[in-house]
Amino acid sequence: MESILILTHVDDSGASLAKSSLEAVTAGMNLAARLGAQLSIGVVGADALSAAGALAQTGARLLAVSGEPFAQARYASDAAACEALCRAAQATIVIAPGSARFTRVAAGVAFRLGGFIDTHITAIGGTENVEASRWFYRQRLEALISRDARPWFLLLDPGTNPAFEAAPGSANPSSVDVEQIAVELPAPRTTVTGVRSPVQSAQTIRPDAKLLFVAGAGWTKKQPDGQVHTTEAASLILDFLTASGASLGSSKSLVDQTGENQQVLPFLTHMNQIGQTGATPRHRKGLSTCCHGEEPHVVGWRFITERRAISLDPNCGWTRGKADVVYIADAFQVMAELNGLLNSGQG
Amino acid sequence: MPNALHIVVCAGIVPDPLQTLEPVSGPSGPALKNEMALPAVLDPWAASALYEAANLAAKNPGSKLWLVSLAPKAKLQQVMMTIAQKASFELVAVDGPSSGFTDAHATAAVLAETIAALPGLDRERLLLFGGWESATRGAGVTLQLVGERLGITDQFQGVDQIELRDDGSFEVLERIEGGRHQVSVCAGTPAVLGWATGSLAEPRNNPQIGMANMRGILPALQKAKPAQLVANGLSYLSVSLPKAVRTTRVEKDMSPKTIAGELFAWLREE
Repeated sequence: MESILILTHVDDSGASLAKSSLEAVTAGMNLAARLGAQLSIGVVGADALSAAGALAQTGARLLAVSGEPFAQARYASDAAACEALCRAAQATIVIAPGSARFTRVAAGVAFRLGGFIDTHITAIGGTENVEASRWFYRQRLEALISRDARPWFLLLDPGTNPAFEAAPGSANPSSVDVEQIAVELPAPRTTVTGVRSPVQSAQTIRPDAKLLFVAGAGWTKKQPDGQVHTTEAASLILDFLTASGASLGSSKSLVDQTGENQQVLPFLTHMNQIGQTGATPRHRKGLSTCCHGEEPHVVGWRFITERRAISLDPNCGWTRGKADVVYIADAFQVMAELNGLLNSGQG
Repeated sequence: MPNALHIVVCAGIVPDPLQTLEPVSGPSGPALKNEMALPAVLDPWAASALYEAANLAAKNPGSKLWLVSLAPKAKLQQVMMTIAQKASFELVAVDGPSSGFTDAHATAAVLAETIAALPGLDRERLLLFGGWESATRGAGVTLQLVGERLGITDQFQGVDQIELRDDGSFEVLERIEGGRHQVSVCAGTPAVLGWATGSLAEPRNNPQIGMANMRGILPALQKAKPAQLVANGLSYLSVSLPKAVRTTRVEKDMSPKTIAGELFAWLREE
């Protein structure tokens, strides 16, 4: 019989589970129910015991590695913590969120346990055997995989499962039985000194936003009057992001202009880039503007459910079959009108 | 030379992103149709790692830079014709598959064994570089596994910047959720850095660097050892192209105001 461990970690507060961890809890509980497997949940964090309180209703064996050394997301301490949790649970299947914190360490932990890992899992299926879906070649090919070897680590892409929610009033840490696991740490060589936001006038990357707004290189090209209107483009885009709460993605060609001494949108960095060498974010809706290539329409919004595009090119082959609606129009004019509606709150 | 570094960059090759990919069943599992005929490029994030490594090596006299690549050597030779002109390095080639369907653990074992055997490598001064993910498998685990096999427990992923200090310590910026960077300070080498985009533009081709590199690259390709990759229990139940093709409504004659009204209503839908 399989023994499943769900590895989780706390969020920035240090005392609550990160959303991606709660998504992994949902996936792990579903798999354990299907397989009739034993279920354990491990929590890593400064105050992991408090965070584990939210998991009382899962009925799982709860394990925690808690303490100040685990307040920082750092390879040496996180790998030691996860290794200790895995050894305590004696898991054959380990499910963990594909967060930055666990993506950094999970493969190393799998190696220490003599196990194997597959990442970017989008779905876990199977009733007798475990089957996992993931994408290859930057979201171009989808595969269903399985492994005989154990322990098998599966890192779930964030946004692929609903977050586990305990019933109201259930989180009472003092009444929850959580086993605290001791960890022997090596002398620390790395210190996390803080978190830095990119140098830009506004926070434009919002993973939890409903809408992904994609800006293409057309925003900085010559307009019908023969002039470039980068300042106006920047203003329109930032106004829209503020009014709509959307997250901003960009095509590679647009962010690359930063290094080519062209007029650029000042708030864009490579962190905004989607596509082949960028992110493949998950949002319910996507609106692409002034994009004329494959990356934003095929790779970059593979996981966008509803897609619309504004383009001047009625023959753009990349939007056909990829977007639900394509508006052949000047994005400058449309976005100015749309910002007006959003700011007045009227349609 | 207190900061003379030994930098090893692990970099694979990938099909040119503009190529259409189609899965087929091969004798040893899934493969790409006409895989050997597809034009290849150096893996984009690994290329960032290479450019950052070359920059770091140039700033720290006495440093040495190796490029370790596991790939079919005929394809690797094609890619080197371009890459060799961009940065000075010593190529260490291993002749084996570069397919995304191979197992990362097997790839890591081969790379770690190759790096451990590099003549003249001082592992106390080692910075192990690579892309944080490949454009083939995209697992983001190979570099970690190589690091673990080499006993390196200071690892950073999604790196966009490294700043080396006079005392040998360095500050690293790693990408985390929400478009932010985590800032860490590491006491010094050895360390593993899986690079995201970094901050350097792709260097222009420099034929002089290319000529100098090629003197070492061709012999390295000739003596590339063959590598067999084991599956480690990994099996593919199916590999397919995404099926969903959408019916696209193309609106050619709507005014900007009408489009804005429609988009506004769409954004308001729950």
